[in-house]
Amino acid sequence: MRPNPEMQREMLRQMQTIRRFEERATKDYIEGDIYGVVHSYIGEEAVAVGVCSALEDGDKIISTHRGHGHCIAKGADLDKMMAELYGRETGYCKGKGGSMHIADFDIGMLGANGIVAGGISIVTGAGLAAQMDGNGRVAVSFFGDGASNAGPFHESINIAAKWKLPMLYVCENNLYAANTASTQTLAHPDVAARAHGYGIPGVIVDGNDIFAVHEAATEAVARARAGEGPTLIECKTYRWGRHTERPTQAEPRPGDEVEAWKKKDPIPRLRAELQQQQGQLTDEEWEEMDREILTKIEAAVGFAKASPFPKPEAALDDVFSEAAP
Amino acid sequence: MREITYAQAGAEALAEEMRRDPKTFEMSTDAEPALLEEFGPTRVRATPIAESAFTGMSIGAAGSGYRPIVNWRQVTFAFVAMDQIVNQAAKIHYMFGGQQKFPVTFRAAVGGGTKLAAQHSQSPYSMFMNLAGMKIILPSTPYDMKGLLKSAIRDDNPVISFEANRLLGFKGEVPDDDYTVPIGVADVKREGADITVVAIAWMVHEALAAAEILDKEGVSVEVIDPRTLAPLDAGTIRKSVQKTGRLLVADEAGPTAGASAEIIALATEDAETFRALKVPVRRVCALNAPIPYSPVLEDHVFPNRQRIADGIRGVMSAG
Repeated sequence: MRPNPEMQREMLRQMQTIRRFEERATKDYIEGDIYGVVHSYIGEEAVAVGVCSALEDGDKIISTHRGHGHCIAKGADLDKMMAELYGRETGYCKGKGGSMHIADFDIGMLGANGIVAGGISIVTGAGLAAQMDGNGRVAVSFFGDGASNAGPFHESINIAAKWKLPMLYVCENNLYAANTASTQTLAHPDVAARAHGYGIPGVIVDGNDIFAVHEAATEAVARARAGEGPTLIECKTYRWGRHTERPTQAEPRPGDEVEAWKKKDPIPRLRAELQQQQGQLTDEEWEEMDREILTKIEAAVGFAKASPFPKPEAALDDVFSEAAP
Repeated sequence: MREITYAQAGAEALAEEMRRDPKTFEMSTDAEPALLEEFGPTRVRATPIAESAFTGMSIGAAGSGYRPIVNWRQVTFAFVAMDQIVNQAAKIHYMFGGQQKFPVTFRAAVGGGTKLAAQHSQSPYSMFMNLAGMKIILPSTPYDMKGLLKSAIRDDNPVISFEANRLLGFKGEVPDDDYTVPIGVADVKREGADITVVAIAWMVHEALAAAEILDKEGVSVEVIDPRTLAPLDAGTIRKSVQKTGRLLVADEAGPTAGASAEIIALATEDAETFRALKVPVRRVCALNAPIPYSPVLEDHVFPNRQRIADGIRGVMSAG
């Protein structure tokens, strides 16, 4: 069942927010205001938003090194996100984490992670906690096709299936693990096919079709809440940018492949659906929505730039939960 | 006072803490029958042999309000879960800016003497000591075992409880009452005046035996048990060395970048302690080889009371 028009607008707003955030983060990274590395989520927005829109407050997610989109879709604060990228003390992690470690436990976002497949078992533990709490909450693991070849994927899904944990395993299959094509690494082209080995549903969806993602996630969430265990959802998608936004980053992908995927952009797809099929969103309304988003991003950058860097000696804070002796 | 074994002390600590706090639960590849009977399969979970997964799950559950205890059995199996230990558990509180507490206890047996050969006889605690963000206990007596493991389970941070294979059947006095031993506080196991021997786990008992031998030779040996490897109680060690002017460290692990090296660095980099030293410090550790199987070979690789006694004589004769 399709979400109602109001919710569809909200989905569009969130996807465009992710797009604009990533555009700005990339620009500021290349200009030197953001340090380390940025992995842009542009092109994959429908996965994060399609799944998170099927969740409720109290449900939990865990992300990957490409985590900004998941944060925004779960409702993270743009100011605190941008301040973290800028390395400021007002950031989500007080400047300790940066792009690869943004987390917001208050909204159930258990963190981005610099290790491919590193988060899968951690969020499975959150699913175990939800099951023991008996509160009907679910937990979602986002990961890529690369992580699906790693041990924690298989170990965690086996346990979740055996224990019927309220889990969604959402594979963002963007066809490349860093610079290596999944055609070289996946024994079977469909990650979802692996679900059969664990006796759970494995669903393949067009990851650039937000309704398809949302519908699959909604069904999986209902199954999880009903105590029927995990679902593996494979979203076929594509990142527009290279593995990282580092100017020296290699780009092994053929140009025509990239261009073909850009034509499947999930944002105009939803916009066209709203406008043409439902008469819901005029060009003026869309432009207004985009202007509001850009204003918020600009404000987030302003907040980050106006925020102080942490004091150097704060590097010794939070090593443990109690204060250092 | 009643006497129980080191292994029983650990089991009592776990059961008592599980009674005390309903948010505690255990995950391990084997469910201990008595524990399972008392607490049931929801809180005593026999997992698949998937250390990486259940170690990661313990972190996620800890961040979701629970207080998991993971038993890897032998430390060998912890290596299978190293990403979750090193990249996740030790750093997750820090790198997310202290947003959430992660109270999780990891248990693992270390050390040899069991004729289990190279993989299952290891003492790799120093590999974990340089992970800022992880506390490490390594008790040498049933009393310390029970008190330290209780502290570990009650701690709001990830704590590794290393437990000595050789001491599992070792008996000692343990009170019936609830008590804890604080993490980060060394214990003077024997007072002495001429030389400080800092000894770890099984080596504490070998050092105490060596001290008896040396006592008959007119040498007064002070034996210090750090009990906690991270954080190390440098103050107690320095104070003792300032008194005796001599230091020997005995460790069942190899010497290279080991706990023994860290203990000596903490002692000698302190100016007052350095000035008090009359002679060079010395280490009595395992030889630098994987642990072999045959008893003849295994006995040759591990340090023992005779080697400690010889080491003490060497330090004493140096001045």
